[in-house]
Amino acid sequence: MTYVELSALDLALAAVLLLVNGAISLVLGLRLEASLAIAAVRMAVQLAAVGFILKLVFAQTSPVWTLVIALAMVLVAGYELLQRQERRFAGWWAYGLGNGTLLLVGGLATLYALTVVVGPEPWYAPRYVVPILGMVLGNTLTSVSLALQTLTENAERERAAIEARIALGAARFEAFGHVLRRAIRTAVTPLLNAMSVAGIVTLPGMMTGQILAGADPIEAAKYQIMIMFVLTGAAGLGALAAALGGVLLLSDARHRLRLDRLSAAPRAATG
Amino acid sequence: MAVLRIDYLQVPGIPALSFEVAAHECLAVEGPSGSGKTRLLRAIADLDPAQGYIYLEGVERRELPAPQWRRRVRYVAAEPAWWAATPREHLPATPRLERLLISLGLEPAMLDRPVAELSTGERQRLGLVRGVADEPGVLLLDEPTSALDTQASALAEELIRFQLLAGRVVILVSHDAQQIARLAHARLQLAGPAPALRPRQVSAAA
Repeated sequence: MTYVELSALDLALAAVLLLVNGAISLVLGLRLEASLAIAAVRMAVQLAAVGFILKLVFAQTSPVWTLVIALAMVLVAGYELLQRQERRFAGWWAYGLGNGTLLLVGGLATLYALTVVVGPEPWYAPRYVVPILGMVLGNTLTSVSLALQTLTENAERERAAIEARIALGAARFEAFGHVLRRAIRTAVTPLLNAMSVAGIVTLPGMMTGQILAGADPIEAAKYQIMIMFVLTGAAGLGALAAALGGVLLLSDARHRLRLDRLSAAPRAATG
Repeated sequence: MAVLRIDYLQVPGIPALSFEVAAHECLAVEGPSGSGKTRLLRAIADLDPAQGYIYLEGVERRELPAPQWRRRVRYVAAEPAWWAATPREHLPATPRLERLLISLGLEPAMLDRPVAELSTGERQRLGLVRGVADEPGVLLLDEPTSALDTQASALAEELIRFQLLAGRVVILVSHDAQQIARLAHARLQLAGPAPALRPRQVSAAA
């Protein structure tokens, strides 16, 4: 594989485009120049830091280090998930449900992709674990977040209907049936759309990266197809698991609707 | 033999209650708004957590899976809620259905009209039909005629009387003193809300 290495000068030249944006902001009084500068510096520092960390991690093939990195990724994804929830579950379940789903589904899908599908030697090689887990978590995060958001929103809106079904003798999953189905559908629809337009409207980032790095486009496409299957499968299962877990948390062992287990809407996000 | 026995039931905002209602009997629950009439009915149907004991024919509610309890002890809300497009999807397909509808002055053709197009009174009567169609032993009726005119109310009362004849236990919440006089065999008077209102949800009950 051959690719053109970028020099510091190349990066600086690319940054000129952003400087143009900043200048326009100044001229038009958009007052975006400060945020633009901060965001650009943040992006550069974050990516550079990740690059150095990955270089260190990739230098050794220790299963322990790979596991530590993987767990850290799950925790960060879980935190991000929580930030996206308008209504959270009370107590530890606020963290438990999201992190549990991400760990279970993300872990299983990544393990499956690595051991059964790709099969690098050794299978825990961080060069494969980190990017695949990262993509799986990113996708699952979005669908789990959508599923929980739709579930909690509709459980409140449809409170009377759910309780009517409970009063008629429905068990909790039956009583939540229409709300549960809507939550899963809402979470899965963007995944279907992403598959439908892949390669036509958008050229997926991973495939683009591989092609830029000198890979054969056919090979890059094959990798992308594999990744789409794994990502979509994981995200769909994640939405299902989170929605089912959410129903369990919004009801109790006596099949009562327990909206009191949802906390109030969180304070406005800071930063 | 008493069918429904309430033993030291603690509903938030109401002093602990103990009473019995036998088959063929109607107990009326009276009290100003906020006195806990609905909360009492919901607790008996096990829709809200509450301390204390409720026995149906000697079986305490916790001895049965909750859905099974609620198929025998049926709470019928004043404003029935719907989750599907037409009434038919909310009702059990029993041969009694048509008769029940007609007894409340409803056209059976109404079953396939969109729920959203029905009037409040029609919906309330359909809610009553839905509540009794699978023949629960205990009916907890929360203002069952609040949205009905005199004629429809009379039909609804006739239905309640028929349920009593068939051996059901009825607990009726109503603001209509005359209706209570016509239907009830016993009365339970709840005091108004306490000066400091307690929060609606109990924290760690059962």
